[in-house]
Amino acid sequence: MSTPTDLLDERLIGRAGVRGAAEGMLDRVRSGDLGVLPVVIGLLVIGTVFQLLNPIFLSSTNLVNLTLELVPVGVMALGVVCVLLVGQIDLSVGSAGGLTSAVMAVLFVSKGMPAVVAVLAALALGAVIGWIYGQILNRFGVPSFVITMAGLLGLLGVQLYVLGAQGSINLPFDSSLVAFAQLAFLPPWLSYALVVVAAVWLFLSGHLHARRRRRAGLSARSVNLLLARSAALLVGVGAVVWYLNQTRGVGWMFVLFLGLVLVMHYVLSRTRFGKSMYAVGGNAEAARRAGINVKAVYTSVFVLCSTFAAVGGVLAAARLAAVNQASGGGDVNLNAIAAAVIGGTSLFGGRGTAFAALLGIVVIQAISSGLTLLNLDSSFRFMVTGAVLLLAVAVDSVARRSRVSHGRA
Amino acid sequence: MSGTVLSLRGITKTFGAVAALTAIDLDVRRGEVVAVVGDNGAGKSTLVKILSGVHAATEGTITFEGRQVTIAGPADAHALGIATVFQDLALCENLNVIENLFLGQELGPYRLDDVAMEVRSWELLRQLSAKIPSVRTPIASLSGGQRQTVAIARSLLADPKVVILDEPTAALGVAQTAEVLGLIRRLREQGLGVIMISHNMADVKAVADTVAVLRLGRNNGVFAADEVSEEEIVAAITGATQNAIGNASGNAIGNVSGNTGGLRS
Ligand SMILES: Nc1ncnc2c1ncn2[C@@H]1O[C@H](COP(=O)(O)OP(=O)(O)OP(=O)(O)O)[C@@H](O)[C@H]1O
Ligand SMILES: [Mg+2]
Repeated sequence: MSTPTDLLDERLIGRAGVRGAAEGMLDRVRSGDLGVLPVVIGLLVIGTVFQLLNPIFLSSTNLVNLTLELVPVGVMALGVVCVLLVGQIDLSVGSAGGLTSAVMAVLFVSKGMPAVVAVLAALALGAVIGWIYGQILNRFGVPSFVITMAGLLGLLGVQLYVLGAQGSINLPFDSSLVAFAQLAFLPPWLSYALVVVAAVWLFLSGHLHARRRRRAGLSARSVNLLLARSAALLVGVGAVVWYLNQTRGVGWMFVLFLGLVLVMHYVLSRTRFGKSMYAVGGNAEAARRAGINVKAVYTSVFVLCSTFAAVGGVLAAARLAAVNQASGGGDVNLNAIAAAVIGGTSLFGGRGTAFAALLGIVVIQAISSGLTLLNLDSSFRFMVTGAVLLLAVAVDSVARRSRVSHGRA
Repeated sequence: MSGTVLSLRGITKTFGAVAALTAIDLDVRRGEVVAVVGDNGAGKSTLVKILSGVHAATEGTITFEGRQVTIAGPADAHALGIATVFQDLALCENLNVIENLFLGQELGPYRLDDVAMEVRSWELLRQLSAKIPSVRTPIASLSGGQRQTVAIARSLLADPKVVILDEPTAALGVAQTAEVLGLIRRLREQGLGVIMISHNMADVKAVADTVAVLRLGRNNGVFAADEVSEEEIVAAITGATQNAIGNASGNAIGNVSGNTGGLRS
């Protein structure tokens, strides 16, 4: 067989199969392209330390709880990933979530509207907030840092106003929203079936893609590598699901989050819009000269982010079965940003994936859960989360410097 | 003037108090290579940016294929069929070669066809004899010349009618320079209009049909390449001669005084 077109250059070091893939990964890490490595190491450390301090930490009950607790802020982090990708920031996702959930609660509980209408109204409000951010950014060139900082305060004000004097609205426990967030779990057979479907789908799509590449005369992943990848997914995720199924199992809310992550992953990596987001974050002027409507990209990304914030806000309300003045306040804003950064999204723009939100929020929530189990109050949680955020940003900066010196910036 | 594809009349561009271009006229015919030459800061890149929609002209008209057009943004230039290789290349360092080549014109907007894009990328790069080991590495890890080749390849992607190259050979090695010059000749044979900016007189003499000299933001002569000597071009660039042939648009007397007047208040 002749050499594939993309491997003709004699300077390329031949790497094939599973071993070659591993070597390539090692190379990337050395040159500052860390990928998910810091997160994986971080999770191992967190897991070990907290498990030693309190054996409940890795219990199935606690992990099930963790998968549900992380969803609201995780969804917000997904929006933050998008904003960071285009080289902007949104400091107000928590407040946007708080306000939209307050509006949802007023419509649903006080005005007696159907849950669907109330939720859709909340999402629409989120979209409007993002649209306004985008307009201010595009028209006046105010840095998004300042716009969303103003939003942080302003939206909180509106939230307090909407909630009125009593300051808190309880969602009825028998409502579909609360049931979804607290009681809806996948039956075990369905959870295993989904894992199998995912593994088979991963293999098939990889295989079809590899076949198309081979037909076009390009190099392609070997069947062994694809099988190994699918097997790893099957065993790894299967084990986690099995462990969760020992108690309550996999929550529908967590599945919703995973679904959103996968959809965003597709958008970012497989659509023109996704590529234009990376381009704008990498070099906005080059993107403009390539004919990309940079302003439209900014606006849509802020709309996306605030809408995700609204989804997160509604889920948080459903989980708590209440909306109050503290909803979306406290550390929610920063946790969402921290999750995105810890997961590997660069604060410098143009670098990151949708999975960053998932990985990052798992780290944050694990820390928070571990500290809660140790009966340490929020003072410690704030300090530790702050330290972890700083660490993540430092890792990002060091990796960036390393990329520059290795010519991969 | 039947074959004229692009024609500029009285193009003026001011940046605040600086008149970067004053009353520039330029014609490009189908199958013609026009070399635009001039000293550093003469306004060549500014002219390129006006044609590619990066800047809007302050005054003047642009006629494209017989129609007067306004190029309000890069998308307009793309739609007309004007492709540009910028002096600063305008590549995204965080994206790989394929992503840069197809930036803004990816195949399959809602489901990217990465196989087709990779195949086409290799075709284009091979056509330019590009020595790029892998199209999946980020642009940041390529050498200056490799980047320049990528930028040139990108301009050819969408079958343009006019190709503008701002110092295309500045960073290229011997083989790639020859390849780019050969490519320019091929573009001419295909009936495209080519505007090439260059400081390299040998390159200019090798491929250009017409040489247009800019000096301090003004026309300073248009020459037929095979009738003019290198010395004459250099003289026009440095201002030793003024307005050798035609184009008497407002710079007949005293380019030296004209350029101090370039700083308007
Ligand atoms: N964005 C801008 N703002 C202000 N002045 C500018 C801008 N762009 C260019 N100029 C000025 O316009 C003049 C012409 O610049 P231009 O880049 O077109 O020169 P050039 O002929 O391409 O030079 P070189 O050979 O060095 O590339 C210079 O005096 C420059 O300072
Ligand atoms: Mg220039």
